[in-house]
Amino acid sequence: MSDTALTTRTLTSEHRTRRRIVNWVMEGLATVAALAAVALLVIVVGSVAKRGAGALDVDFFTKTPSFLGGFGDQRSGIANAIVGTFLIVGLAVLMALPVGVLAAIYLNEFAPKRVSSAMTVAFDVLNGVPAIVIGIFVFVFIVAGHGQAGIKGAFALAILMLPLVTRSTQEVLALVPDAMREASLALGAPRWRTTLNVVLPMAVGGIITGATLATARVAGETAPLLFTTSLAANTVSWNPTEPLASIPMFIFTSAEQADPSLQEQAWGAALVLITFVLIASIVARTFGLRSRRRLTGGR
Amino acid sequence: MATVARSIPDPAALRRRGRLNAGDALLYGITLAAALSALVLLILIAREIVADAWPAMKEFGFGFLTSRTWEPTADVYGAATFLFGTALTSFAALLLAAPISIAIALFLTELAPRWLRGPVGALVEMLASVPSVVLGLWGILVMGPWIVDHVGPFLHRMLGWTPFFKTEPAAGPSILSAILILTIMMVPIISSICRELFLNVPRDLKEGALALGATRWELVRGVIFPYARAGIAAAMILGLGRAVGEAIAVTQVIGNNEAITWNLFDPGDTLASRIASLYQGATTKLQVSSLVYLAVILLAFSLVVNLLARVIVHRVGQRHANA
Amino acid sequence: MQHIEVAEPASSAAVRRETVFRIENLSAYYGKAAAIRDVSFDIYGKTITAIIGPSGCGKSTFIRCLNRMNDVVPSFRSDGKILFHEVDLQGKDVDPVSVRRRIGMVFQRPNPFPKSIFDNVAYGLRILGMKDNLEGRVEHALKRAALWDEVSDRLKDSALALSGGQQQRLCIARAIAIEPDVILLDEPASALDPIATASIEDLMHELKEDYTIVIVTHNMQQAARVANMTAFFSISGGEDGSRHGVLVEYDDTEKIFTNPSEKRTEDYVTGRFG
Repeated sequence: MSDTALTTRTLTSEHRTRRRIVNWVMEGLATVAALAAVALLVIVVGSVAKRGAGALDVDFFTKTPSFLGGFGDQRSGIANAIVGTFLIVGLAVLMALPVGVLAAIYLNEFAPKRVSSAMTVAFDVLNGVPAIVIGIFVFVFIVAGHGQAGIKGAFALAILMLPLVTRSTQEVLALVPDAMREASLALGAPRWRTTLNVVLPMAVGGIITGATLATARVAGETAPLLFTTSLAANTVSWNPTEPLASIPMFIFTSAEQADPSLQEQAWGAALVLITFVLIASIVARTFGLRSRRRLTGGR
Repeated sequence: MATVARSIPDPAALRRRGRLNAGDALLYGITLAAALSALVLLILIAREIVADAWPAMKEFGFGFLTSRTWEPTADVYGAATFLFGTALTSFAALLLAAPISIAIALFLTELAPRWLRGPVGALVEMLASVPSVVLGLWGILVMGPWIVDHVGPFLHRMLGWTPFFKTEPAAGPSILSAILILTIMMVPIISSICRELFLNVPRDLKEGALALGATRWELVRGVIFPYARAGIAAAMILGLGRAVGEAIAVTQVIGNNEAITWNLFDPGDTLASRIASLYQGATTKLQVSSLVYLAVILLAFSLVVNLLARVIVHRVGQRHANA
Repeated sequence: MQHIEVAEPASSAAVRRETVFRIENLSAYYGKAAAIRDVSFDIYGKTITAIIGPSGCGKSTFIRCLNRMNDVVPSFRSDGKILFHEVDLQGKDVDPVSVRRRIGMVFQRPNPFPKSIFDNVAYGLRILGMKDNLEGRVEHALKRAALWDEVSDRLKDSALALSGGQQQRLCIARAIAIEPDVILLDEPASALDPIATASIEDLMHELKEDYTIVIVTHNMQQAARVANMTAFFSISGGEDGSRHGVLVEYDDTEKIFTNPSEKRTEDYVTGRFG
């Protein structure tokens, strides 16, 4: 809209009223959209909470699925799924966190700017690869012909986590003031000492925050597990070389059952899952804000 | 006061032992290896899935993309149905999600009182952290029936003359459910990118328009949109990429039907959801290979989407830097 | 080199002193742009040498050459020689890390680590393996930096809780704990209030007995108060219109401020420009 168009338009008063109405309508639409999004979140979380709460009893957490009851009366537990998710996600973190942090150290501390930007592209592209494709990759790479295993599912999750951890660690490292690196170098410390004894300790809080958020993200992923660790026994297993049950897979398979008692189990598991994900996200973000403020505002 | 005696420095002490400090070399090497991991993984992923898809690629060639037949009994496979389904669901979802996301982003950057922006923004972001399997569960058991009961009849009555709502809504999975679920997933992504964009519109541009008496909407239309135009396009492309790649929620609500249909009340299938539906095992090697072929198509698409969005963002960055 | 003690203050240039730095035709560049060109002079041991001049004349660039701190800037390169006790610091086989252990630096804004006071001073000691009698060394350094009395009862407290002047003295203590030969100070008091500045200046008089001190300052009065020798840098134009720093005059402080040889020096110290 050109300046002259605006100025001529302001002159006529009927134009002014029409413009005001248009503006009012648009503002209304924007507000409705935002409210709708919030309402949707409340509805979804509310549904899960309402329908899932009934399934949560001690047995739910301690027993494993058993299909001995009749239709409508399945007594099931997700103990094996809880243990499985714990193991799979835990192994994924063990695989992705060191690699991601080390990669971020290279990209932020050692690489010249141009090289760093170029190499970061690979991480961004990896981040955009659909989770199902990564699941298929791991299937083709180490499952086909060898069998499913919890640790292979963990590997798929780790690939998903890697770009997230790298990116968030990079951001934290960039927040550490250069004056700290200078001070250390001026004392005759080599680069590796400066990184390990000065920069990393200052960044640790932010790194943990980023890792927690990434963990919360991948804990809810189902697609990477479909082809790598989905055919698990209905018993609790602590052995990651076997296929392990997991909460997302449990929800996925239970959801398509017609039996309402199984559906209730699915809601219960969903409640457990989103409680974990949402709480981890909120906690991580609050601590993240605090440690970020300390890094940048502390002096 | 006693001071420690210092001798004139021995020149040898100042000289290096080798080009780099040993510790530096070690850390440098390890971190470099880690930094290359993403590139290595990308190459590995591409290589492995193309290798495994090769039998199907050799057997069907590019005809795979145009053939509608997916017949395990005859061991003949084609992806056209799923390409159609992916295109229909993703673009329809984008059509719905784009205006909603932009509206939300505008609300959060221009409209809402300051104290409201943080909390509402956080709630919208939280929508993104709902796992897709939970969204799919809600889609089948809550949203689906609700649509069949309340929205479907209305749509059929009003728009039954279009190919999209030709039949009565039936209980069960439908393309419409998939479209709506995808919309819900795309909105937080697109709106958070747009939020960043709108916040970065230079203040003097905005103040200039306001000083001329522009209303907020005219400010948006005349200043913000033109400035952020390319970024919005990139955001939509990224949102589209997300929708195309979504397997779990879609497969839960779409029904895995193997026919091309424009009727949104029918069940359908997409590339990603077809892959997910076969997780319990494929029957023949060719079927497995065809499955992986689908993944190759998905991978290729996600790479194109990602690079396209980057190019747009890069080009815009240049233009704004030179302005 | 003969080693003759000099009684202070320095008056006549005829007294021979130990040369610690011999700078020969030093030029420094960031990419294609020269920051300083063709600087040559000697810096003497156990004296305070001030580098003064208008902003942009390359004072900081120069002092950072002395301990190879400019190496962290990717586009930096330099020509000429800096002979430190006859070793060219810019030689290809010289390890910058070892250089910095003998030539310490204190920066314009105090930059203590977000660790305890004790750990700040001990940082260099631990890294260099000087861990015997750690507490004794830390106490000694804090005493030499005139900070001990103020912090001896709270060594475990965070260094960031100290005032600006205290933080800067902590940085000095941190630097001298590892027993360098030289201390470089890059405008050490410009971020401090006058009282803290005075304490830093007093400190320098004491430290001069054991260390060679080179200080960059934009405050001429400070140079006059504190330094034995003063080097005046200024900005020159190149044939291509570029601007770079050059050494205009280097002499006893007294001479620079009362009877300089160069007109440009006189203009600067009398406040006619700069």
